[in-house]
Amino acid sequence: MVADVTGGAAADAAPAIELRGISKAFGPVQANKDINIRVRKGTIHGIIGENGAGKSTLMSILYGFYKADSGDILIDGKPTQITDSLAAIRAGIGMVFQHFKLVENFTVLENVILGAEGGALLTPSKAKARRLLTQLAADYELHVEPDALIEDLSVGHQQRVEILKALYREANILILDEPTGVLTPAEADHLFRILRGLKEQGKTIILITHKLREIMDVTDEVSVMRRGEMVATVTTAETSPTELAELMVGRKVLLEVHKTPAQPGDVVLAGRGLRVVDKHGIERLRGIDIDIRAGEILGVAGVAGNGQSVLLELLAGMIPGTGTLTMNGEALDLSLKRDNARTRREDSIAHVHEDRHRCGLILDFMAWENIAFGYHHVPEYQKNALLMDNHAILEDAKGKIDRFDVRPPNPMLTAESFSGGNQQKIVLAREIERNPDLLLVGQPTRGVDIGAIEFIHKRLIELRDQGKAILLVSVELDEILSLSDRIVVMFDGRIMGERDPEKTDARELGLLMAGVTDDSVTGDAA
Amino acid sequence: MDIATIVQILESTLRLATPLLFVCLAGLFSERAGIFDIGLEGKLLVSAFFSAAFAYYTGSAWLGLLAGILSSVVFGLIHGVASITFRGNQLISGVAINFLAAGMTVVVAQSLFHQGGRTPPLEGAARFQKIDLPFADALHDVPVIGQIYGQILNQHSILVYLGLAAVPLTWWVLYRSRFGLRLRAVGENPAAVDTAGVSVVRLRYAAVIITGVLCGIGGAYLSTSLAAGFVKDMSAGRGYIALAALIFSKWRPWQGLGAVLLFGALEAIANRFPNVDLGIITLPNQVMTALPYILTVVILAGFVGKAIPPRAGGEPYVKER
Repeated sequence: MVADVTGGAAADAAPAIELRGISKAFGPVQANKDINIRVRKGTIHGIIGENGAGKSTLMSILYGFYKADSGDILIDGKPTQITDSLAAIRAGIGMVFQHFKLVENFTVLENVILGAEGGALLTPSKAKARRLLTQLAADYELHVEPDALIEDLSVGHQQRVEILKALYREANILILDEPTGVLTPAEADHLFRILRGLKEQGKTIILITHKLREIMDVTDEVSVMRRGEMVATVTTAETSPTELAELMVGRKVLLEVHKTPAQPGDVVLAGRGLRVVDKHGIERLRGIDIDIRAGEILGVAGVAGNGQSVLLELLAGMIPGTGTLTMNGEALDLSLKRDNARTRREDSIAHVHEDRHRCGLILDFMAWENIAFGYHHVPEYQKNALLMDNHAILEDAKGKIDRFDVRPPNPMLTAESFSGGNQQKIVLAREIERNPDLLLVGQPTRGVDIGAIEFIHKRLIELRDQGKAILLVSVELDEILSLSDRIVVMFDGRIMGERDPEKTDARELGLLMAGVTDDSVTGDAA
Repeated sequence: MDIATIVQILESTLRLATPLLFVCLAGLFSERAGIFDIGLEGKLLVSAFFSAAFAYYTGSAWLGLLAGILSSVVFGLIHGVASITFRGNQLISGVAINFLAAGMTVVVAQSLFHQGGRTPPLEGAARFQKIDLPFADALHDVPVIGQIYGQILNQHSILVYLGLAAVPLTWWVLYRSRFGLRLRAVGENPAAVDTAGVSVVRLRYAAVIITGVLCGIGGAYLSTSLAAGFVKDMSAGRGYIALAALIFSKWRPWQGLGAVLLFGALEAIANRFPNVDLGIITLPNQVMTALPYILTVVILAGFVGKAIPPRAGGEPYVKER
């Protein structure tokens, strides 16, 4: 089970990094709360957690981008103030960001020496750097052409440049933030070989990820973060993907949802062989079959980044893909040459995007305007052929705000001035009140307070009871378990299996979420 | 057109291109560091005024130059504070500087000299004098070389030669020095510079100061060398033309020299041939004067290809995550 090594007696050498009681708040949001962690020298230490669990904030504190509200940082046992990136570099910390910090039209060599030129003139600096770079490349399997432009390199090679930058600055501690997010599997394997090589040379590596497989493959120890807190640190060899998945998702107090058994009707939406390849050529959805019936909630569980978001956006007409998709028996166009997000709405598919700030609202606009978005062309909002009927929209918005209990009930406030829960209610009011046959909803209660969660859950059940179909994507396992009539679990762009919420539990789902299948759970689902 | 006319036009091309050259290089430093600078015009103007005014009072063109540089640097720092420290909109700040310069120079000139916004004419040491290059006389009669060295290149003020020297110097700083590497990097991806432990703010301030210095020399050249004193609005859009040359050259120094020589030549031709007789119609003076601007539009629209500005240009740097 969970072995607590943070307070263990094995305090042989000083840890490479020790954090004591690190806290950081952004306004009312506690991003990091009393974080304690010890990273032993010469190990690969994983930090795992959902999006928004506070991993990146913690690493930004370690690299001097943020100042912690409280707590101490000890490097090699010595208390160290990390006020900016320069201080971090001097303390021997190198950081490989998720989004690379490279100058695209510079050469590899120029990027490596930037900020560490070693002299006012470039020619001697470059000559020296070139020798060192060749040496490093040979030592760690980090081959890149020193004179190549960054923009001509593959993402995998760009990442190597980032690692080389850190090594060139003689970093002893290397932090990698979601390093495999943009890599192909082959590139990822190569990266892990490099990391093991670095470890053998005595470097300490911190690997931040939400992918369980990577943690199991490459780390020695792993710390789990959830909602800003460090919930456990375990030895990788003594844990399992299932245990980690459970720790990540957590088992908070079950919110009671009252619902009657579903009475599923006909299949509303049917997808076959759905595939999506992103612009980097990586397959994000690897052939999914899915059926959603009237009067049921189909829950999609999974660790973030395993294709659930892509599935939602594909169905909603936001990104193109391949396969076949029918809605009420009519074929929809997945290539998006004919269809788009608007025609999907006309086909009675509503979409509550999982990122309401990016795709659900315009924060600077008022609530009533936000309530019209996406439906601004409907006849009842028009005064005549040219003008919109703002008065009608406003009246309509008032009604929706009232029925969805948006607080404060003022349509003239900007979306920004509402709390997360009330923002979400605005989006839900807009989509649900159009009476769609199918509602696609992603993370309906992310960043939403308890009261609003209850309200939103109730509305979703009501919609189901009216005989509508709902596709629910959530990383909150409890939400999936309590709302869904059927559950499918996604892993690595595939559906791993289907479960009946009455006959499964978080443990079994956690196993599927980690990509673990045995004979009993294999099989085509949905 | 005889040889003498061509030599004459080329000689005046060089003179007219010099202020453009300083301003173009000035803009290059700023924009390469990611600070768009539409306020080049204003800095040029303010320096032209202060150079002329100080040269008049002190009787020294050199002290005038110093005053011009100082005034231009101050204006550059205003732009820096607005766009670097307070992360304001760089276009608006630049436009404000142009307005400020246009208004202030006239008001101050009027209150000091009471000559309708002019400075009194400068004479003697208050102007940069033309200087003789070595061996110019000896080479005068050698064909071609004599004309190029002895007539086109000879007999300019020291500032013209300084401008020509600034081109290779800029190139060297930009591509061969640590400062240049960082400067180019901060204009492309300030986050890369920041995470490498180098101050984005300090680099960008250094850039706007250099911009101020170069604009200042350009302004001093206008009023104490090309002309003999300051007149209202004497920059006459040169700041914008230089900006066009900067884009035309894709933010590179040698190409910048080529671009300003082209614009200088157009101005020289317009001056030499106010009315061009095409047989059927006579093109009025205005057409020739407008030619640099028309050409800018045509060239930028059609011939330069894609002029990709420094990627972080115009955007204040805010540390993310």
